[in-house]
Amino acid sequence: MAELPIRSGDDVVRVRQQVRVTAAENGLSLVDQTKLVTAASELARNTLVHGGGGVAQVEALRSPNGRAGVRLRFTDEGPGIADIDLALRDGWSSGTGLGLGLSGSRRLVDEFELSSKPGEGTSVVVVKWSR
Amino acid sequence: MEQVPIVKIGQTLFVSIQVELEDQSVLRLQEDLADELATSGARGVIIDITAVEIVDSFIGRMLTMIGSISRLFDAETVIVGMRPAVAITLTELGLSLKGVRTALNAEKGLEILNGRP
Amino acid sequence: MEADTTQARMASYLRDHHDKVIGRWSELVVAGLRGRTSAEEVRHELADLYSLIVRVLSGADDHAAGELRAALDELSRARARDGFTPTETALEVFSLKEAVYELVADAADLVPEFLSLSHMIDDLGLRTIEAYSAAREQIISDQALAMLELSTPVVRLWDGIIAVPLVGTLDSARTQLVMEKLLETLVATGADHAVIDITGVPTVDTEVAQHLLKTVSAARLLGAECTISGIRPQVAQTIVSLGIEFGDIATKATLAGALALALQQAGLKVVPVLWSRCRS
Repeated sequence: MAELPIRSGDDVVRVRQQVRVTAAENGLSLVDQTKLVTAASELARNTLVHGGGGVAQVEALRSPNGRAGVRLRFTDEGPGIADIDLALRDGWSSGTGLGLGLSGSRRLVDEFELSSKPGEGTSVVVVKWSR
Repeated sequence: MEQVPIVKIGQTLFVSIQVELEDQSVLRLQEDLADELATSGARGVIIDITAVEIVDSFIGRMLTMIGSISRLFDAETVIVGMRPAVAITLTELGLSLKGVRTALNAEKGLEILNGRP
Repeated sequence: MEADTTQARMASYLRDHHDKVIGRWSELVVAGLRGRTSAEEVRHELADLYSLIVRVLSGADDHAAGELRAALDELSRARARDGFTPTETALEVFSLKEAVYELVADAADLVPEFLSLSHMIDDLGLRTIEAYSAAREQIISDQALAMLELSTPVVRLWDGIIAVPLVGTLDSARTQLVMEKLLETLVATGADHAVIDITGVPTVDTEVAQHLLKTVSAARLLGAECTISGIRPQVAQTIVSLGIEFGDIATKATLAGALALALQQAGLKVVPVLWSRCRS
């Protein structure tokens, strides 16, 4: 498992590159790689911009019946999300930069788990499986 | 931070994004294009993203904004060379890049700018 | 650690009677598989499993259990590929019990050892059934994917105009494939118009409509214009009653109509050829 800090725009680029490499190594198709890296970019940026910085963890997985996959975890100790339902609702691309890109990212991956409490930071875990 | 070069040929500004851009570079490009449009009187912008592997919401928003900015200067923007995987991902994200034209390559992009279908 | 020594005793018993047990085991298995495998191969496979089982029982090393599981999974997958039933594969494992039982039947002092072996073999046999199911599922999904590929052709109607005749239901898996093939063909042919024909799509509900809209959206990002053709009267009524809006996407009843529209948009016209009366 790779652990990367998210403290700057360059870190976001590094996260993308790591996710790309891990996804390719685990047999994800080009389109699936693109989707996962794009989701990672959204989530990493969220961690940086809304979470005040944090950490990304990239891990290769194997399902019980042998399928390969990639799991990503983004954690920050920022302000947390007050209204999770609102954040996950479509229409996030408000154009003013307030959109959290969460609902979009959710559509790009197979599994999506978000836990956040105001004042306690946020943690997002996503998984994408190879076909 | 990378500064993406803007090349002016005739009435058109050409931008070719060759490397992975992080947020600061993206913002820089937007500013530079706005400056160029204002001073050069160009009528069209072609942004070539053939080499771009990832377009997330931030870059997507930048592209749409460049479209709006160019219209303020009575110019039109065409995004060319989007990769299929990127197009599929953007569609899934719900980004349609409304407000910018798109084309398969720079040649077709120029045809659009020159008024041909 | 009574259990361990019981197992260890079984392990050494099995080691001592190696040839006899494997011989009998092979016989039983070959009979069970009714001649569809060679006795040589079977004996070889069983000998490998046997030594792994002995290693696990003797508690000698930590890797044995993992290796045994992997070997069983591989056996199950191979049998699944060759068309054997899960029962046949499980019985292969269970017949080791029979082979051993025939030898220990008269030795009353080996009952606890045999019971322990029996439990272990039960677990292994059940494992083969699970592995078999997983293998079959993988084969089915591979075949489904192949079928999907075959039923998604993209054809070139004219310079710059391509068509995707869809046949069958349009679910999200299919949509992904259609989008990929359509976009790749757009890039490869440099086409700027795509006709998506849905004559062969039995029902168009809100979900299908969304898939179509996504496909058009993606094609537009590559600069292509799209027309949806093959809207049958019933489908038209369903679409309207469901309140589905196709917005600014052109729709036509027939592929021919869509082709005409695409040609028109390309600035082309089809005219009759006038044969000149004078041939020279």
